[in-house]
Amino acid sequence: MLATEQQTLGAEIVEMADKHGRSRSALIPILQAVQEKYHHISDFAMQEVARLLDVHPVEVYSVVTFYAFLNTKDLGRFVIRLCRTISCDMQNKDKVARQLQNELGIEFGQTTRDGNFTLEWANCLGMCDQGPAMLVNDQVFTQVTAEKVHDIIDGCRRSFGLYPVIPNGGSQ
Amino acid sequence: MASHKPGPIFSCESEPNEGLKKALGMPRADVIAEIRQSGLKGRGGAGFPTGVKWNLAAAAQGDVKFVVCNADEGEPGTFKDRVLLSDYADLVFEGMTIGGYAIGAQTGVVYLRGEYRYLLKHLQAVLARRREQNLLGQNVMGKEGFDFDIEIRLGSGAYVCGEETALIESMEGQRGEPRNRPPFPVNTGYLDRPTVVNNVETLALACCIMARGAQWFAGIGTQRSAGSKLFSVSGDCENPGVYEFPMGITIAKLLKEVGGEGAKAVQVGGASGHCVPASQFTRALAFEDIPTGGSIIVFSPERDMLRVAENFLEFFVEESCGQCTPCRDGNVKLLEGVELLKEGRCSIAYLNELKALGETMQLVAKCGLGQSSANAFLSIVENFKDEVLGREYAYAESY
Repeated sequence: MLATEQQTLGAEIVEMADKHGRSRSALIPILQAVQEKYHHISDFAMQEVARLLDVHPVEVYSVVTFYAFLNTKDLGRFVIRLCRTISCDMQNKDKVARQLQNELGIEFGQTTRDGNFTLEWANCLGMCDQGPAMLVNDQVFTQVTAEKVHDIIDGCRRSFGLYPVIPNGGSQ
Repeated sequence: MASHKPGPIFSCESEPNEGLKKALGMPRADVIAEIRQSGLKGRGGAGFPTGVKWNLAAAAQGDVKFVVCNADEGEPGTFKDRVLLSDYADLVFEGMTIGGYAIGAQTGVVYLRGEYRYLLKHLQAVLARRREQNLLGQNVMGKEGFDFDIEIRLGSGAYVCGEETALIESMEGQRGEPRNRPPFPVNTGYLDRPTVVNNVETLALACCIMARGAQWFAGIGTQRSAGSKLFSVSGDCENPGVYEFPMGITIAKLLKEVGGEGAKAVQVGGASGHCVPASQFTRALAFEDIPTGGSIIVFSPERDMLRVAENFLEFFVEESCGQCTPCRDGNVKLLEGVELLKEGRCSIAYLNELKALGETMQLVAKCGLGQSSANAFLSIVENFKDEVLGREYAYAESY
């Protein structure tokens, strides 16, 4: 990481810590803010948060690695989380999963090489009556079909003016 | 929008904030007595009497107390809290305010699961409006000396945080690992202060009870399970959705209402609940018979029950916090056993070992998650012996 980038991140973390308060119970809100902005929580970020809250960096690491929505590995700009729990499973989530893989050219747990999409499984999203369900970042999509997958991903791409990438073109 | 079946909550006939108004006109002890008399029990599934919980927190020493709304709705097949928070957020916040008044708390916290983050904006708008209307803030509704406000904390994708002590750990910035109990949160909760943790539905019902009286509520349902319950119905039925029924409804009657007749089994209570075969559909959904947090998953005759068990165990292997051995390793062993059964390579002797393991987990796991994670497996191998034993490998592929 460049020194200037590090400075910016450091300053931002100070700002976040001031906003949420420098107490231990502010730890997760701060980490959530870092995750949202940077799509991951770097070693440097964890050390900075630890320093500001006066806890050991290992404590911060243990919290980050506990929660599914906090990541040390860089995630894409769009994180797609497909529900795999029973009700969605019974409503053909496997088909949707295959189509997602085909459209993005990656497996579950991977990020496209351009850093735009990450594909993950999620446990019950609370949309069991309208499955299969998936989250794209914070937005929820219900009754997803294989056919709709393309439109959803296309919508994401259009939102930042990207040309469609060739399927199977990127993997990690 | 999915189906709604109206009941006391969905068609609450009282004026908005009537419950809060009545509560603030009564001494704190009378509010708790009213909730106690109504027979309201926790709607998250465990069924602890709400009035008793409030009373313990009210009696606990300390100036700073908290009311926490457990909106970490992660149980597979449960989505009633999502509907409540989307369409009836005022009822929930009103219930929290009543709880805050009853126990003497100044702060309420909604612990909203990260997956429901899209509700955050809406909830914050409702809170802002309530602050403007003086339903939150200083001297709520003109009640001198009663200051109460509500904040929202987001979860980060951990099922175990629905367990109340894990939820508190998470709020304190820790890994969501359940604590030993006692001490109970009503004495030593968030930041070691007395804390009441209630389910979203419990708080909404507390509000309806204050508005319409304990007698009205106690008159619904059965003797030991008062009131109505929201059921989240999904799976193989014509009209999945959220339904409100009186406690004590039989599974057969519920299936008729949702268009799920002909089911071969129903999973009651989600992944941590029990699988009930058709022969037991006359049983009642109530604390005295089959207790439930409201998750109902319907299985039609062509469903492979082993795949169901496998899905649930994969869920628990993923969501176990890893703190205690019975849950961390037990679920992995049970899942391996399901794989063997699927391949038709499991001896009955080994299956009996697995059952004994499951029963051990029920006894010795540290928290509710571990204690209940074997339930689905045990009830499926018990009730569907013919289906799970001696199968050919190919069968596992057809689903």
